[in-house]
Amino acid sequence: MKTLGEPVASGDLAVTDTVLELRNVSKYYGDVQVLDGVSFRLRQGETKIILGGSGSGKSTMLKLMMGLERPDEGQVLVKGQDISSMNERQLGLVRPQIGMVFQEAGLFDSLSVFDNLAYRLYELKMEEAAIEERVQTVLGFVGLTAAIDKEPSELSGGMRRRVALARALISQPRIMLYDEPTAGLDPVTSRKINELIIRLRDTQNVSGVFVTHRLRDAFTLATVYAHESNGSIRFRREDGTFCLAHTRFVMLQNGKTIFEGPDELLRQSEDPYIRKFLA
Amino acid sequence: MLLDPKKAVIEVQGISLLVGQSIRGAFRRPFYFRDILLQMDQVGVGSLAIIMLSGFFAGAVLTLQTSSTLAAFGAVGLTGSLVSVSLVRELGPVLAALMVAGRVGSGMASELGSLKVTEQINAMRALGTDPVKKLVVPRILATLTLQPVLTIIADAFGIIGGLSVGVFILHISAKLYLNSAWDALTNQDLLGGLLKPVVFGATIAIVSCYCGMRTYGGTRGVGRSTTQAVVASSILVLIFDFFLTRLFLAYS
Repeated sequence: MKTLGEPVASGDLAVTDTVLELRNVSKYYGDVQVLDGVSFRLRQGETKIILGGSGSGKSTMLKLMMGLERPDEGQVLVKGQDISSMNERQLGLVRPQIGMVFQEAGLFDSLSVFDNLAYRLYELKMEEAAIEERVQTVLGFVGLTAAIDKEPSELSGGMRRRVALARALISQPRIMLYDEPTAGLDPVTSRKINELIIRLRDTQNVSGVFVTHRLRDAFTLATVYAHESNGSIRFRREDGTFCLAHTRFVMLQNGKTIFEGPDELLRQSEDPYIRKFLA
Repeated sequence: MLLDPKKAVIEVQGISLLVGQSIRGAFRRPFYFRDILLQMDQVGVGSLAIIMLSGFFAGAVLTLQTSSTLAAFGAVGLTGSLVSVSLVRELGPVLAALMVAGRVGSGMASELGSLKVTEQINAMRALGTDPVKKLVVPRILATLTLQPVLTIIADAFGIIGGLSVGVFILHISAKLYLNSAWDALTNQDLLGGLLKPVVFGATIAIVSCYCGMRTYGGTRGVGRSTTQAVVASSILVLIFDFFLTRLFLAYS
């Protein structure tokens, strides 16, 4: 399995500065309030899993973090910069620092896999050879080098998500946003996607926000970790001697945060909505 | 159905914002020349056949209809002038615009609408590209510049259509028809006939792109946006035609 680049030194893997923050954010679509005074903080190296039923405001939160939507109240900060009042041109400079995987992949269907991945690099006017090399590296990371010349319509659902993940990684972002990246996929394909996300988190120190309503995927992310041994990546589940502390849950209900904490506390929660959700 | 004033104000505001963003986008880097050329090919070359056919038969039927009236006054010789003035002033620009609204406007709205509902526009924004610059500006520039060219072609084929009917059915002399067609046209007619398509082209592209960009609600939404784009741009072409004609007549 190829690596995305040099793994970061273990000393850099610490959860440190805040890279993404929502301060008391409210959002309305017409007369419907989707988010109601939500505050959220993501630190470097940390992964937050946002859980909630349909219409609870999960995807809206991601779009706000990316600057694709504007909050009606409150602030959105990316690496300390308030993006809520930025215009489209200023946002265009901030957004490439963040990678986003869309729910239905959002691949450009008129472009090949190579062109989908190279799109951002062409915009940056990079040299052809450097573009080719970068695309190959990222496609190697998601294990899809053979699909480089295919059209998105020729790919399966799982492959499309992996290409979307590769495209989001092309400019080496330090923050990744995943909008239900495993929705509608079978358990084996979901596992592949989850392992890629875990590798990014554990070997590259990439911060992430993972939106899902699939508990199985959420708990995989919160309990499985990747570590490198003899040049290959192995996945292990946390046990009595090792507990993952950099992955936490956020639970949304009707646009409000009702829980924030690790998986162990989520499982023990007495909140009736959470109990019903976990049942 | 009654018009909701609040909704109408929001639509006008949305279109005005898009126009403002497009004007700013047209003068700021990066410039997407390749996309402009691609759109020019779609708008111009792609519309040639229907423009030539509709222009030809509009001219032909105009000649058929007017010749009998003119014959009653013994003025069949003026058929050429009537056809050319009608075509260059009104029929050519409006007909070409309605054809482009139907063919190109619907294409723009459905294409952008599909990109919107499949999150490709959001993906583009996430990758740091301004979709107005990349998708809307090339479409507006291509339609704006090629609409006058298409109108000239529609006018020319209309006059040829009229000439064909005049010569082969009504047995008017070709020389008489063409002389009368040419002599009747003033610089004012030509200028008006070329300014109108610029306004119509911009209207079609802006309205169609706006309808496409604000699409929601899946494939059903794409269908709705496409219909709205064609209906709104066609009606606006006819409304603007009235006001532009009033304006040109006031200064003639």
